[in-house]
Amino acid sequence: MSRPLLEVGNLTAGYGQTRVLHRLGFDLGEGEIATILGANGAGKTTTLRALCGMVRREGEIRFDGRPIGGLSTEEVVRRGIAHVPEGRGTFVRLTVEENLRLAAITRKDRSAVAADFERVYDYFPRLRERRRQQAGTLSGGEQQMLAIGRALMLRPRLMLLDEPSFGLAPMIVQDIFGILRTINSEDRVSMLLVEQNASLALDLANRAYVLETGRLVLSGPAAKIREDDSVRRSYLGY
Amino acid sequence: MDAYTILQQAISGVATGGIYASVALAVVMIYRAIDHFNFAQGEMAMFSTYIAWSLMHAGLPYWWAFILTLAISFLGGVLIERVIFRPIHDAPVLSHVVVFIGLLAIFNSAAGFIWDYTIKPFPSPFASGGLFGSTLISLHKAGMIAVTLVVLGLVYAFFRFTEVGLAMRAAAQNPESARLVGVRVEWMTALGWGMAAAIGAVAGMMIAHDVYLEPNMMIGVLLYGFAGAIVGGVDSPGGAVFGGFLVGIIENLVGLVPFVGSELKLTVALVLIVGVLMVRPSGIFGTRVVRRV
Ligand SMILES: Nc1ncnc2c1ncn2[C@@H]1O[C@H](COP(=O)(O)OP(=O)(O)OP(=O)(O)O)[C@@H](O)[C@H]1O
Ligand SMILES: [Mg+2]
Repeated sequence: MSRPLLEVGNLTAGYGQTRVLHRLGFDLGEGEIATILGANGAGKTTTLRALCGMVRREGEIRFDGRPIGGLSTEEVVRRGIAHVPEGRGTFVRLTVEENLRLAAITRKDRSAVAADFERVYDYFPRLRERRRQQAGTLSGGEQQMLAIGRALMLRPRLMLLDEPSFGLAPMIVQDIFGILRTINSEDRVSMLLVEQNASLALDLANRAYVLETGRLVLSGPAAKIREDDSVRRSYLGY
Repeated sequence: MDAYTILQQAISGVATGGIYASVALAVVMIYRAIDHFNFAQGEMAMFSTYIAWSLMHAGLPYWWAFILTLAISFLGGVLIERVIFRPIHDAPVLSHVVVFIGLLAIFNSAAGFIWDYTIKPFPSPFASGGLFGSTLISLHKAGMIAVTLVVLGLVYAFFRFTEVGLAMRAAAQNPESARLVGVRVEWMTALGWGMAAAIGAVAGMMIAHDVYLEPNMMIGVLLYGFAGAIVGGVDSPGGAVFGGFLVGIIENLVGLVPFVGSELKLTVALVLIVGVLMVRPSGIFGTRVVRRV
């Protein structure tokens, strides 16, 4: 097997004096979708933030074989990792179109950028309708679409998704997960997904990790994890 | 007092208002990038003007000296950000205030030390006399208005139409998200400082012909510039520019009112500003975004 796209070893991270993550280790293959399950405060968000340098971290992080653990957020992003953050990170005073345009400014392939605009608008027709509107006026679901659209405009190889279903109506959640599946299968974009809706996440993912107070306690193929008794009780609720 | 005098003063107010607008814009640009008022903006502009004076003194034609001064000021602004403000960017407000005031004092005394405190005349690139031979507005004032409008127009076009301008707006609005789309936020901040320094330099070079070159020449201008920025809305570049022009016009018209004259016009202008803020605390254009939560 070829080398994984993302390799994480002994990853430790925290805020100030408090350590939140303790020596995490996991891999993610090219084109793979992995999900991280865990209770509130387990450190899921912190894991994603540590990967792209938004919190102080130690340990090995390799992306495409090269170390990225010492890079600043913007440089990690420029290597091809798009983070769709908790809270969506909308530029509220820019228009929808400017939000998307912004994500493409590091790219040189102008014609492909134009095509990607169309693609994002095709995935999310709402965004096309509202493209001249101030992004702060979008609904929560529309802002989530915009956040995913922004990530797509970066043409990433890996997407880090922090609770994309948060606060959304079930219908919209279905749409968004369908689109994520398409992006993954058509463009072979790898994904690391953090999600409260464990059932949904396990449907989409190939692999799953369970995080408890900053430690990985379980990992395996998504289908296997779904069968695990403790996971069923804690995260699936049956 | 007749209509002609009023018109004359209003136009004159537009000319000085443009200077206040430029200073206000410079202040707002830095404010949006680092959330602090640059109290040294005026002294930086004054120092730039001295550099222009030296270049002209060395024999450079006006516009060459002008352009070279802009470039030097831009680099100086970038350098100040990188060397002084980057290391303290997490420091509390008071530390910033102290550093700004330190910078102000350093520029002020350095200018006095290098070029001494005697008042120097500063040339105007425009011919003397009135525009089209009229007494309504001098050629210098008309040129001043033209130069400020060109500068403000360029800055507007830069932010509105270029990718870097968009990245700077994004970085100022939401640095964390900006990083997540690959914007090098630190460099955007430095760029903002450079541009602010260059805009201030234009204001300094334009006003110096009227107020004469000396180390304290920008103190009044900075006050009016701050006032313009606050009236317009400190987080709104367009508002700051508007506020600057407004303050300039009010200042000049107020000078015409009997009993006020030129001694009290600063006071009256500031009273008006306080009045605006009592009605609209975030300034006229201070953005209150329509936002869902
Ligand atoms: N900015 C911060 N400063 C200090 N501590 C923080 C900060 N952010 C998170 N923490 C702490 O780190 C721990 C993990 O938080 P994290 O946000 O990673 O959890 P999570 O698994 O994403 O939870 P949730 O499901 O609620 O989003 C928590 O104990 C939290 O209190
Ligand atoms: Mg979280």
